[in-house]
Amino acid sequence: MEPVLSLKNISYAYHTAQAETPVLSDISLDVFQGEFISIVGPSGCGKSTLLSIINGLLKPDEGTLLLGENTGGDSPVKVGYMLQRDQLFEWRTIWQNAILGLEITHQLNEKNMKKTMERLKFYDLYDFKDSYPSQLSGGMRQRVALVRTLALEPQLLLLDEPFSALDYQTRLMVSDDICMLIKKEKRTALLVTHDLSEAISTADRILVLSKRPAGIKADIPIQFETADLSPLERRNSPLFSAYFNKIWKELIGHEQHQ
Amino acid sequence: MNNISETQRIYLSHARRKKVLIHLLRIGLLVAILVFWEVSARLGWIDDFIFSSPSLIGACALDMIRDGLLQMHLMATLKVTILSFLLVTLLSIVSALLLWMSRTISSILEPYLVVLNSLPKSALAPLLIVWLGNNQATIVVAGVSVAIFGSIMTLYTNFCEIDPEKVKLIYTLGGTRLSVLTKLLLPGSVPIIISNMKVNIGLCLIGIVIGEMISSKAGLGYLIIYGTQVLSRV
Repeated sequence: MEPVLSLKNISYAYHTAQAETPVLSDISLDVFQGEFISIVGPSGCGKSTLLSIINGLLKPDEGTLLLGENTGGDSPVKVGYMLQRDQLFEWRTIWQNAILGLEITHQLNEKNMKKTMERLKFYDLYDFKDSYPSQLSGGMRQRVALVRTLALEPQLLLLDEPFSALDYQTRLMVSDDICMLIKKEKRTALLVTHDLSEAISTADRILVLSKRPAGIKADIPIQFETADLSPLERRNSPLFSAYFNKIWKELIGHEQHQ
Repeated sequence: MNNISETQRIYLSHARRKKVLIHLLRIGLLVAILVFWEVSARLGWIDDFIFSSPSLIGACALDMIRDGLLQMHLMATLKVTILSFLLVTLLSIVSALLLWMSRTISSILEPYLVVLNSLPKSALAPLLIVWLGNNQATIVVAGVSVAIFGSIMTLYTNFCEIDPEKVKLIYTLGGTRLSVLTKLLLPGSVPIIISNMKVNIGLCLIGIVIGEMISSKAGLGYLIIYGTQVLSRV
């Protein structure tokens, strides 16, 4: 099976007048169809930069990035990006926010609009389609952001700490919700997070990044008793704390070596 | 609306009473000032040749309205004010957008804008006559010159304060710089553009009156100068 996304020896540095700051060094990674991968690492290590490179917002200084057909797969892979905050536009209604991507890419046809409308219904947002973002709770806003991302039908989803702006309770519920949906729709996802529990409860594979300049320090497959446990059920599994300790050691161990 | 609770009813009636009271006091304050002015003039506390009085002004205004003079002067000022206001609005939005699109241009021009904005525009008015002649164009340019630089700077500053994460969102959705402009910058700036317009209409009027004072046969500025020079109530 060909990977959906393939990174080979990616390096990247930020340039300012004062200095050059290397952020990523020699990152290689293959992501396969349907995988849910979580990326954890010390804060400021360049996790978000990695997502920006995958999405094409930044060009890597070195290395190659292959998406979809270029890796030998059969179709081009569309990438969707979900940001830390929902970034809904206050002057647009929920519906207008949901179709923003379709509007920008001129794909606002009947079929796509119908699909987006169905998604709003599915996420219990239909009754609010003519409301403005300020009238919605944090969890609902994040769901609208997901609908907006999914409207462009991306096969590969990049999630940049999408739940970090929510309060703890909402966060558990929304991450449970969204992860189950992504898995049900068999989409591939890369989730950046600094919350180990969130990473373990959602992912099939966890990548631990080292301090800046970040490299991949460990690549840990996650397997629970059965494959279809929801994130909340995973948190109750005895395996959960074992994984937690293992990944915690990977993260901390590195800092002690420094 | 029959199921309003007693406390809600009391709250509503209080709120209504307060609103009425504010309106009454607002009008009352104006009436009190006018009455005080009139009484002061009548009783000789102030010289009505210098300070005039509400009744003298009223009588004069009535005379002028009867002759059609006041309407004529008001219309003259209104026309050029609106024209210069529209010019300022359009020019400042376009200029601020150009500055926003090119960091290089904006860095080069920034000190010039600051200096131009702090120039005393009324001092320029006599020069404008020499440059543009004794005509309507001078008056419109005087109006535009007072408002335009501040307006460009306000809009440009606000355009630059746009959330970079929202810009990133547009790009992640497959947008271009043009989409940032049409989907984010312009619609997001509507409130600031409108509040900027409110400031501009006042500034334009100031500029227009200055312009009319030095180069005009009609308008409020002309009327003020005429009134001062003949020391009359027209």
